[in-house]
Amino acid sequence: MHMADALISPAVGGAMWAATAGVAAYSIKKVQDGLDQKKIPLMGVMGAFIFAAQMINFSIPGTGSSGHLGGGLILAILLGPYAGFLTMASILTIQALFFADGGLLALGSNIFNLGFFTCFLAYPLIYKKIVGKEYSAKRSMIASMVTAVVGLQMGAFGVVLETVFSGKTELPFNAFVLMMQPIHLAIGIVEGLITAAVVSFVWKARPEILEKAALNQALGSLSIKKVMIGLAVMAVFTGAVLSWFASSHPDGLEWSMFKTSGREELETTDPTHEKLAALQEKTAFLPDYGFKASGNEVQTEEQSENWPAVSGGTTVSGLVGGLMTLLLAAFMGFVINMRNKTGKKA
Amino acid sequence: MPNIVNAIYNIRQFDELARQDSLIHRLHPLAKLLATLGYTVVLVSYDKYATIALLPFLFFPVFMAAAGRIPAGPLLKRLLYIEPMIICVGLLNPLFDRGTTSILGQTMSSGWLIFISIVIKGSLAVTSALLLMATTGMDGIALSLRKLKVPKIFVLQLMLTYRYISVLLEEAARAIQAYSLRAFNPKSLKREVWGPMLGQILLRTVDRAQRVYDAMCLRGFIGEYHTGKNPSPGFADYLFVAGWGTFIAASRAVNLPLWLGNILAGAVK
Repeated sequence: MHMADALISPAVGGAMWAATAGVAAYSIKKVQDGLDQKKIPLMGVMGAFIFAAQMINFSIPGTGSSGHLGGGLILAILLGPYAGFLTMASILTIQALFFADGGLLALGSNIFNLGFFTCFLAYPLIYKKIVGKEYSAKRSMIASMVTAVVGLQMGAFGVVLETVFSGKTELPFNAFVLMMQPIHLAIGIVEGLITAAVVSFVWKARPEILEKAALNQALGSLSIKKVMIGLAVMAVFTGAVLSWFASSHPDGLEWSMFKTSGREELETTDPTHEKLAALQEKTAFLPDYGFKASGNEVQTEEQSENWPAVSGGTTVSGLVGGLMTLLLAAFMGFVINMRNKTGKKA
Repeated sequence: MPNIVNAIYNIRQFDELARQDSLIHRLHPLAKLLATLGYTVVLVSYDKYATIALLPFLFFPVFMAAAGRIPAGPLLKRLLYIEPMIICVGLLNPLFDRGTTSILGQTMSSGWLIFISIVIKGSLAVTSALLLMATTGMDGIALSLRKLKVPKIFVLQLMLTYRYISVLLEEAARAIQAYSLRAFNPKSLKREVWGPMLGQILLRTVDRAQRVYDAMCLRGFIGEYHTGKNPSPGFADYLFVAGWGTFIAASRAVNLPLWLGNILAGAVK
């Protein structure tokens, strides 16, 4: 599942963007160091291949339903982790822009969930270990299955954590995990089966493609020690960024506090909220305002987000104002459209 | 399999929209990218119960679509395509959250309130991202990424992927069609042909990459990708970013619909 803009908070989205940018910068450096310029068109065209392959329905034996390819693992196997990660990143970028899969702010999370876990953890630590030096159909099959499943499980868990930290939904952590992980177990098995089928076909038809990918030291090999050090640095960095965001922007933290303390109502004591509330009070210059008339201290604090003043007048104001906003937006579109048309005639 | 044909159509349609000429199309790509990014960040920064306060965020996509002469049809179609996923996750909230909250003086189910908020946020974010693409195009996005100092190698790779998507989609569509004709039009690929079908397309892809690389070398490729356009930002671009930046910041600071409603209510009294 793609992470969506509707579910993410700026803090989590920003932190995941930073993490993704870090991994991408490292990958770019690695790819450049060992470049073989040929790799650039191969990466580009392989990205387009995965894009096309994702559109194909694969019927799942014995179920009557069909599944899809994600592509992260195939890219890691054929291009190596660095080039594979970058290629996955560009596929997801194009999907976010053209098909609105996920969205701009969630793009960082999506690249991380679908690219990082498979290319930098599951592929070097599981796939390469199982396949070893000698290729065999059986080992490749097992390796693809296990790697795809583990990679997707981590990705799905990433989605759960990002959603929970963002606090834009009220889904309990346990229920969300119990829903996401089994779904992605099935998706992972299908991904593994398709990957194994393709790899075994390519191995039979043109083994040199896989050999090249496996032997290419600059692109294919990966020192686990370096990855672990890199990960530790990223974790510290992400944590630092997250906590910085969390302190300046209480959304995510509030949510987790709410969860742990079990309190029904959120109390915003953040100075920015108070300032905003004060600003709103100043802008409320007509005395007849529903919320101003009934506004006690707690309510003014909450107005910045919820506007929960208890009065019938506020309800009317809110609905009328909302309707007016919609009408104004439509009117603006109408006027610009009219101007476009008269402009064309002239 | 209508998926592939749809994807080809969608990409071409957005390509064509991006090639139009309008006030918005003439803006610097970076200005549009920054405005859309800022818009999205502020939009999702609202808390989970925000609903009416989100309505002023409708102005930006409406302006982009109207001034950019982007028809509503393709946008809404794409939105409907993506909406089920947003609605699914949104609908889980009323199931898990049975509490109530007070908004605008009324007691409401907080789960449903979150659902409405998620749907509004999701629709607005998706629409503005699509509008960015429909008014800017891939070349424009690549240009603004370079301006943002994204490494050349990634931008080049992104452009190549984009360039070859329609080529490979057509190739995959032909292979799938040949298969469907011989296999009595199945809805999906049988297990036995997974490897051979995808593998064949993959082998052709690898060979194509070789030919592409050879052709690029013959034309003097040294790691640069030129689009021929390199505009510098003008007054209109600064005005666009500053204007929308101010409007978005103002809507975040003040609940504009409620403010408007109060003025109207006050006037009536």
